[in-house]
Amino acid sequence: MSFDRIEEKLSILADAAKYDVSCSSSGAKRTNATKGLGNATNSGICHSYTEDGRCVSLLKILLTNHCIFDCAYCVTRKSNDIKRAAFKIQEVVDLTINFYRRNYIEGLFLSSGIFKSADYTMERLVQVAKKLRLEENFNGYIHLKSIPGASDELMREAGLYADRLSVNIEIPTISGLKLLAPDKDHKDFIKPMLKVKNEIIQYNTERKIIKKTPRYAPAGQSTQMIIGATGESDRDIMYSASHYYKNYNMRRVYYSGYIPISTDNRLPSIGSEVPILRENRLYQTDWLLRFYGFNVSELLNEDHKNLELDIDPKLSWALRNLHLFPIDINKADKRLIARVPGIGMQSVNKIIQARRFRNLDWSHLKAIGIAFNRAQYFIICNSREFNRKEYTADHLKQLILLNSKSKYQKHFDQQLSLF
Amino acid sequence: MLIKLLYDGSFEGLLTCIFIIFEERLNDFSIERNGEATSDLFGNSQEVFTDAIKADRVWTGFKKNSTKNQQQQILKVFLSEIKGMENTLATYFIHSFKSKKGKGNDYSNPTILKISQVAKMVHREKHRMEAFVRFQHTIDDEYVAYVEPDFNVLPLISAHFKDRYADQKWLIYDVKRLYGIHYDLREVKLVTIDMLTKPQPKIHTNLLSSKEFKYQKLWNTYFEKVNIASRKNIKLHVQHIPLRYWKYLTEKTMIP
Repeated sequence: MSFDRIEEKLSILADAAKYDVSCSSSGAKRTNATKGLGNATNSGICHSYTEDGRCVSLLKILLTNHCIFDCAYCVTRKSNDIKRAAFKIQEVVDLTINFYRRNYIEGLFLSSGIFKSADYTMERLVQVAKKLRLEENFNGYIHLKSIPGASDELMREAGLYADRLSVNIEIPTISGLKLLAPDKDHKDFIKPMLKVKNEIIQYNTERKIIKKTPRYAPAGQSTQMIIGATGESDRDIMYSASHYYKNYNMRRVYYSGYIPISTDNRLPSIGSEVPILRENRLYQTDWLLRFYGFNVSELLNEDHKNLELDIDPKLSWALRNLHLFPIDINKADKRLIARVPGIGMQSVNKIIQARRFRNLDWSHLKAIGIAFNRAQYFIICNSREFNRKEYTADHLKQLILLNSKSKYQKHFDQQLSLF
Repeated sequence: MLIKLLYDGSFEGLLTCIFIIFEERLNDFSIERNGEATSDLFGNSQEVFTDAIKADRVWTGFKKNSTKNQQQQILKVFLSEIKGMENTLATYFIHSFKSKKGKGNDYSNPTILKISQVAKMVHREKHRMEAFVRFQHTIDDEYVAYVEPDFNVLPLISAHFKDRYADQKWLIYDVKRLYGIHYDLREVKLVTIDMLTKPQPKIHTNLLSSKEFKYQKLWNTYFEKVNIASRKNIKLHVQHIPLRYWKYLTEKTMIP
């Protein structure tokens, strides 16, 4: 094979795939029982990090960037005048195996522009996975994109070879989708998701009876939404995300700040800033939903449609619910401690273990590593010293901001520098 | 009176020291590696000879009193090779043998907190090595990588690489500690390479297979292309990949 030609294709097709945020390689316990090549560790490994600070864990490429669709937000849209290329199936297999053997990657994340038809494209994606599994005896991680509109039969086969399947919603609201991707139908996105969800449930039930039933997409499915392309509120985004978590057993929903790539007047213009801070607040909210026992309506609702940018969503919630505090660290239930601003799940677990041995005071809590600056106003512990003053929410927010330094400081300074 | 216990640097040696601390009811002790200890004018030091039976008794006793996770922590802290950690470990063992409050971790105890923090540091380094090892394919069909980890983590990563690369021969060599682990398609063995000078971080070009540089170049192209320039964040980048690892990372070096 010609390495120069491969390199050119790789440049084009990696460049086009980079807007897909997902790079996780976790959640699939695939062992190398066949003594072949590779396994998938439960926690995943980031083998490198790009200069934008993102994890490189998989070989993330498109099979081709030829596409019959013309979605305004996408670089590979039909009307965009860019170089096009397509990998042969064997080329993708060779690249994956050779990168994997050198410990560069955890596996393959294969996506594609849609050429000819959904089925034609999906069939090729499945062929790559099948070849890796059956011919190369490859047990590393494989993430395939479900092509909207692909047949049930292909989706079933895909799940048997891949660890994870994903369909990107991209636009969180149906009206936004109509505006930016008029040739796409919302139902086409939902169909493969539902199929994958049902297959996973069915295979898991069967495995309870017949132990040798193969695993279907052991790392589940994920999706991605673009943030800040159509003027949707944080509430729209998170309600939509929580809908997918609940109804489609999504493992992850990714939020991707829109990166201007088009002069289309339906979209933010080229040169406008990527909403990185907003993206961060959305991820924090996502974590609160998945790991901290919050309900989405507590964090975002009719009165509170957008997240505050200058403080984190947990602190913001606590300030709106001051009547629930302070709580006693030595007595309170685990779920309540998890709701205190400045105490993360790691600290919660340490506190729960440590308080079996003695009543904890401030020095213990500081040593365990809670963010004292935020937490101190919301808890009491085995000490006579605590904040007795009744602060108002606004006053407390000012006090906390005054004593903290955010890595996003420059985003706020811009607003102040006008004066 | 402070008694200095000098041991040979092995884990069994350390466990033997702990046995002696119990046997002789020492209250004031300091465990140091033989050879690293500062000379002692008043001669209150005692050389401890590693005794497998005594070491085994300590470890078996500890196992009864601890969780799997705590045993892993102990091993990691030992491999940190941080000076003075032996004393923290000994205090930890003594506490564990005396404690009657079950197996959980009392994070309000400074020794226990310290052990868990150091274990975390070593674990992070182990995880980094699983990520940052870059194999190069040689003409003998072996995959070779040089590393220089902060802590002595090769014993911790060997199982991971054995499971994952079961069908290729590989060698991971610690340039700082001058030993490596080698897998020959059957088992992993410790190896040392006799060399008078420190080996170079680069494997000699003549020893590499013909396609090696081509794949390295493809990898570097890929690495460059997945970056999104408008999201550039060098601070975060360096936080994830500290500079000291760069010289062993293919994507951070020029390919000839």
